[in-house]
Amino acid sequence: MEIVYVYTRKRSEFGRPCSFSDRPAKVNVDIPPDPSMAGSFVLRNPVDSYVQHASDMSEHEVNTERVEVESRGVNHVEGGWPKDINPQEVEQTIRFRKKVEKDENYVNTIVHLGTLMEHCVKQNNAINIYEEYFGEEETAEVEDEPPSAKTINVISKLTSFFDVLLSKRDPNVTKRTATHLSWHPDTCKKLAVAYSSLEFQQNVKDMSFDSYIWDLENPNKPELVLKPSSPLVSLEYNPKDSHVLVGGCYNGQMAYWDTRKGGLPVEVSTVEVSHRDPVYGAIWLQSKTGTECFSASTDGQVLWWDIRKLSEPTESLVLDITRKGLLENALGAVTLEFEPTMPTKFMVGTEQGIVIACNRKAKTPPEKITSTYSGHIGPVYALARNPFYPKIFLTVGDWTARIWSEETKESSIMWTKYHLSYLTDGCWSTVRPAVFFTTRSDGTLDVWDFLFKQNDPSLSLKVCNEPLASLRLQDNGCVVGCGSKLGTVTLLEISSALCTLQRNEKTLVTAMFERETKREKILESRHREMRLKERARSEGQETVVEERLVENPEEVLSRTRREFFEVIEAELQRRTRAETQCLHGKVPGTARTRDRGRDSPPWGGGQGSASAFQVKDHAGDEAAAQGEESQLPKEEEEEEKDVA
Amino acid sequence: AEVEEILKRIQAHRGVIATMVINAEGIPIRTTLDNSTTVQYAGLLHQLTMKARSTVRDIDPQNDLTFLRIRSKKHEIMIIPGNISIKITIELYVL
Repeated sequence: MEIVYVYTRKRSEFGRPCSFSDRPAKVNVDIPPDPSMAGSFVLRNPVDSYVQHASDMSEHEVNTERVEVESRGVNHVEGGWPKDINPQEVEQTIRFRKKVEKDENYVNTIVHLGTLMEHCVKQNNAINIYEEYFGEEETAEVEDEPPSAKTINVISKLTSFFDVLLSKRDPNVTKRTATHLSWHPDTCKKLAVAYSSLEFQQNVKDMSFDSYIWDLENPNKPELVLKPSSPLVSLEYNPKDSHVLVGGCYNGQMAYWDTRKGGLPVEVSTVEVSHRDPVYGAIWLQSKTGTECFSASTDGQVLWWDIRKLSEPTESLVLDITRKGLLENALGAVTLEFEPTMPTKFMVGTEQGIVIACNRKAKTPPEKITSTYSGHIGPVYALARNPFYPKIFLTVGDWTARIWSEETKESSIMWTKYHLSYLTDGCWSTVRPAVFFTTRSDGTLDVWDFLFKQNDPSLSLKVCNEPLASLRLQDNGCVVGCGSKLGTVTLLEISSALCTLQRNEKTLVTAMFERETKREKILESRHREMRLKERARSEGQETVVEERLVENPEEVLSRTRREFFEVIEAELQRRTRAETQCLHGKVPGTARTRDRGRDSPPWGGGQGSASAFQVKDHAGDEAAAQGEESQLPKEEEEEEKDVA
Repeated sequence: AEVEEILKRIQAHRGVIATMVINAEGIPIRTTLDNSTTVQYAGLLHQLTMKARSTVRDIDPQNDLTFLRIRSKKHEIMIIPGNISIKITIELYVL
């Protein structure tokens, strides 16, 4: 019997909104019992059945075979001697030897062998058959292998398995960035990595705060787990005492650990006197006690601490470049740099793109800030002095890496081209003064060798797909560790060509740095003169001063390069002239210097074109404000020619 | 006596640093080096010579090892295997 209920609706009424209404229950179908079927009813035996609402578990047992270990000693004896002769006894051995020599056979053999041997020895002396012909030519070609690097180890922060065992949390553990790496000062086999999540207000509830110390022999399980009260943003080994580490926390506190005492910090600084923002830089100082360190954070303060007494900082400095010591004006520090050879000076890289050089021993707080270097558009993520030339330092920020000299404050002396992705960290090589490393936010590690190639990195490696957050070179200069955003630390070994000092490298690098500094100095002085001229002109004078600087031989060279661009420049001038109107009718002094040199010098070429990095525009501020009309475009070209 | 003469002659050649005579069991019979070095050389080179000889013999049973030269960056070691004794000379590299 089929039970069917038919429901009809007019097609025009399709799609109409329903309006429901209550109605009493109505019996649609009623199926009465059929007694004729009762006869074929079979009674089922009652059966006991149980139900339990619980997950199925099973028990397993595993027992490995026991390995029996036993300590045993081995006694080495000089072998070969017949049993009755004790090798220690000189007399016995001599007697034995004499006996052997008396043997007739022995004499014959020796005579025969002797003649053969003599023949070969004479052969050797006569001519060296394995002599290296053309031996001198080999030394000319040193770089035959292309620079390369290979991954030796990948330490990924443990998968959920380990964390579930430890903390019994949800298996989806959030991945944290490896924000800072520090190599163990002596052995270089241990690496301390600080993990934290630097995303703004992304603190997931069950993110663990731990940071790990890894032993390279065992990349699966960390050697020591450091448990701070808040995630660590920076972590450093004490170079004097390799058991002590200091870490800067996400909440601004400083903590220090002793690896002999376990994973909990020995002491933590009090919250009221610590930083108010994550501590981005923490470095140990050179001191007799070896217990002093200092830290910097984006709240604009640099604090000095003695780790024996972390309850309050020993000294503090507010990074206010107006030199008033106001916290409101302070710039947030993102990176800190300290060179042990210059213990009173240090440098801070800020979020605003300015690098501040400070002197700790200045008498008054405003004088502590000695100079500022601005040039980056974004925060300066890394700051490093060249280990061979302390006056030269490298800054990494926004999309470029720049090399500065302490003497030229207006701009960097060398810079890389603008990359497609953010540069996150950088450091110099400890063995070669011309090599430095940078990491990018597309997961690439670049190795730059500016004696070899200045436009591009000499080696570019894609390490992983996520952005790389930190970089640290081991002291021997051959192994570099990079930490990524998802917590994976990759160790790479770079080819020996990039980590052995080349011939003449130091002299070439010195020459290059000097050249660049000189160029910048000349540009600076030229700028100043331009500005002075501007001021003189704006007082109503219409004299056109044309100065000819003394030209160094280098300027002649750079000038010949620039002449090529004069045509382009003249065209631009004409166009701007057509657009803007003349207000003052004076000759503006646009100090537009264009350094465009694209040719990289051949390796070992030495002197020649200056930096081959990309275009840099020095637009004088006052000049840009005025109209760009030049009555004598030619004169401007000449001015440019004179400028170095 | 003849033995002495021969050994002395070899030792007198230009560039020869040391000479050693080792018997079949690896015991140095005669040497111009000090004892510990000799023992070290004897032990190591004896085994190497045996291995080399057996290799040559394995490839061609009629063949036999006549001379073994080990040239390294600093020295050259020349070994002549005999029936009951082997003689080793260590020579300085002539560049």
